[in-house]
Amino acid sequence: MNTTDPVVLRVDRLQKRYGDGCARCRGPNPDVLEKNYCPHCGTVYALQEVSFDLHQGEVLGIVGESGSGKSTILNCLYFDIEPTSGAAFLLPHKNGRESIFAGSGQTRRSIRNNLLGKVYQNPIMGLKMKFSSVANIAEKMIAAGNRHVGRMEDRARTLLEHVTIPRFRMNEAPEHFSGGMQQRVQIAKALSNNPPILLLDEVTTGLDLSVQARVLDLVKQIQRELGISMLLVSHDLGVVRMLADRTVVMLNGQVVERGLTDQVLEDPQHPYTQELVYSLL
Amino acid sequence: MKSLYNFAFFDEGSKREIRRSILKAIAIPGYQVPFASREMPIARGWGTGGLQLTLSLIGKDDVLKVIDQGADESVNAVSIKKLVGNTTGVAITEKTEEATLIQSRHRIPERPLQEEQILVLQVPIPEPLRFVEPREEVTRVLHAEAEYSGAYLILFEQIMRYGRVSTGADHPVTVHDRYVMAPSPIPRFDNPKMDHSDALILLGAGREKKIYAVPPYTRVVSLDFDDHPFQIEDVSGHSCRLCGATGVYFDELADETSGETVYQCNDTSYCLDRMNRTGRTEGAS
Repeated sequence: MNTTDPVVLRVDRLQKRYGDGCARCRGPNPDVLEKNYCPHCGTVYALQEVSFDLHQGEVLGIVGESGSGKSTILNCLYFDIEPTSGAAFLLPHKNGRESIFAGSGQTRRSIRNNLLGKVYQNPIMGLKMKFSSVANIAEKMIAAGNRHVGRMEDRARTLLEHVTIPRFRMNEAPEHFSGGMQQRVQIAKALSNNPPILLLDEVTTGLDLSVQARVLDLVKQIQRELGISMLLVSHDLGVVRMLADRTVVMLNGQVVERGLTDQVLEDPQHPYTQELVYSLL
Repeated sequence: MKSLYNFAFFDEGSKREIRRSILKAIAIPGYQVPFASREMPIARGWGTGGLQLTLSLIGKDDVLKVIDQGADESVNAVSIKKLVGNTTGVAITEKTEEATLIQSRHRIPERPLQEEQILVLQVPIPEPLRFVEPREEVTRVLHAEAEYSGAYLILFEQIMRYGRVSTGADHPVTVHDRYVMAPSPIPRFDNPKMDHSDALILLGAGREKKIYAVPPYTRVVSLDFDDHPFQIEDVSGHSCRLCGATGVYFDELADETSGETVYQCNDTSYCLDRMNRTGRTEGAS
C-alpha cells in the first residue's frame, strides 16, 4: 500500500443507532453513555461517527472486542442494514462523488452486485445452502446481468478450482460441505464479478488451524494477484498481523486507534489496544 | 330463475371490490394485486381464486366454459360450472369459440382465443420468487426493484442438475418488460399463447389472496438464457389417437390392453370438435 494510491472507499462519520436517543445522549461527544448504551433512554450506539479511508489494493484490518461495531460497519456498507447517518464514497460509483447510501434500492443493488463482494462469518448468510455451489456463484453473476449459462458455469468452476473445491463436488450444495469448504465457496462467490472491494467478516473464525491457514493463504494470494482492496474484520490479531497493511481498533462503536498494523500491534497507545495486544496468547 | 342467492353468489359489494382489484391488475400488467379473498363454498386450493374472478365478472348474457387440466367434464370443472350455473342461470358451453368467459385450471385452450373473450386462470402459488425467498415482505421489495435473479437462479440450477430447464409447468414469464409473473401451472406449451393474446387473461389466487392480469396484446416473454433459449415441450412425432391432431398438447396414456404408450388431445373440447367435423368416432384410427 502506498498513501499516494487512490482512495477507493471513504467512510465518513458513519453512525448506527438503535433507538431514538434522548437529549442527554444525542449531543456531540456525550459522556453519559455507558460503553455504547444510554442508561436514560436505552438507546444503543452501535457506530458513533466512524470514519476511515481504504486505498487501492490495501487490506485494512478492523479489530475490536465483540459488540464494538466491526461487523456493523460491513453490514452497513453491504446494505444489509441501514445506517442512521453518515456517508460512504466508492471510487467506482460516480467517481466517488455521491454517497452510496444516497442511491435508490436499485442503485444499491447494482453497487452490491458489481462493486462489492462479501464473505460472511456465518456461511448461511452468504450462501443458498440448498443450491449447488456452481449456482451459488452464478447467482451474483445473474444479479449483475449475465444471462449466459455456459460462461457463468466456466467462471464458477474456475473460481471454485481457485479455492480448491474438488471438481467432483462442485455441483453439490454447500449444506453438504464442511465449514471450511463453505467459507471457500463464499470467497469464490464474492470474487465472481471481480469486485474492486472485498468485505471479509471474520473469515477464519471457527475454522480449524490448517483450514484457517489455507483460507488466509487464499485471501493473501487473491489480494496480491488481483489487487483487490479489502476490509478485514477480525478479533484474531494473528490474522490481522498477517494480512492487514493498516489497522483500526474499535471500542464501543468508535475508532480508538489507527495506524500501520505493525505500529499498532508493537506499540499500542490506547489502553484498550494495549490490553488487547497483551492478552494475545 | 328464482334463487336464494344473490346473482352470482356474491353480494354486490364483494363483486365491486374484486372488480376494482381486477382493474388495477390490468393497469399494471403482471403485478400481483392483493384482494380480500372470500370464503367460498369450495375449499381453498380448488380454484377459489379463479371462481371469485368469474363470479365478479359474469353477467346475464355471458356464456361460461370451465376447464380442468384440459377437460370439460372433470369433477372440479363440473362442480364449478354447477355453482355458477345455479347462482346465475347463464348459458354454459363446452365449445371454446362460443364462450365469453373461460375459467381454466392449468391450460389455455388449443383454439386461439378471441378479442371479446376473457380467460380466467386458477393459481395455486402466484409468487415466482417464492422458492428462493419465503418472506412476502422481501419478495415485494424484489418486485419493486425488478430484482429477478432468483427466478433465473432456479432455472440455472435446473440446467446444472439436469442439463436443461426442467420446469414441468408454471415457467416464469416477464410481462410488459417489467414484472416477472407465475403464469399458473400451465405447461410451457401454453406460455407463447399469452404473448400478444387477443383475449384478456386474468389470474386469481384464492388462498394467497392475489389477482394479476395479462391485458390483451401485451408482450409476454418466458425467462431463458442466451445459450439455453426457452423451449416448449416437444410434441412432434405424436398424434391424437382419437382425432389424429398433431402439434397440440397431449395426454400420455398407457393402452390398457397392449401396454403401449398412446397420446390423445389434452383439450377435450378441441378433440371432440375435430371428431365431429371429420366424422371420426372414438376408437377409430
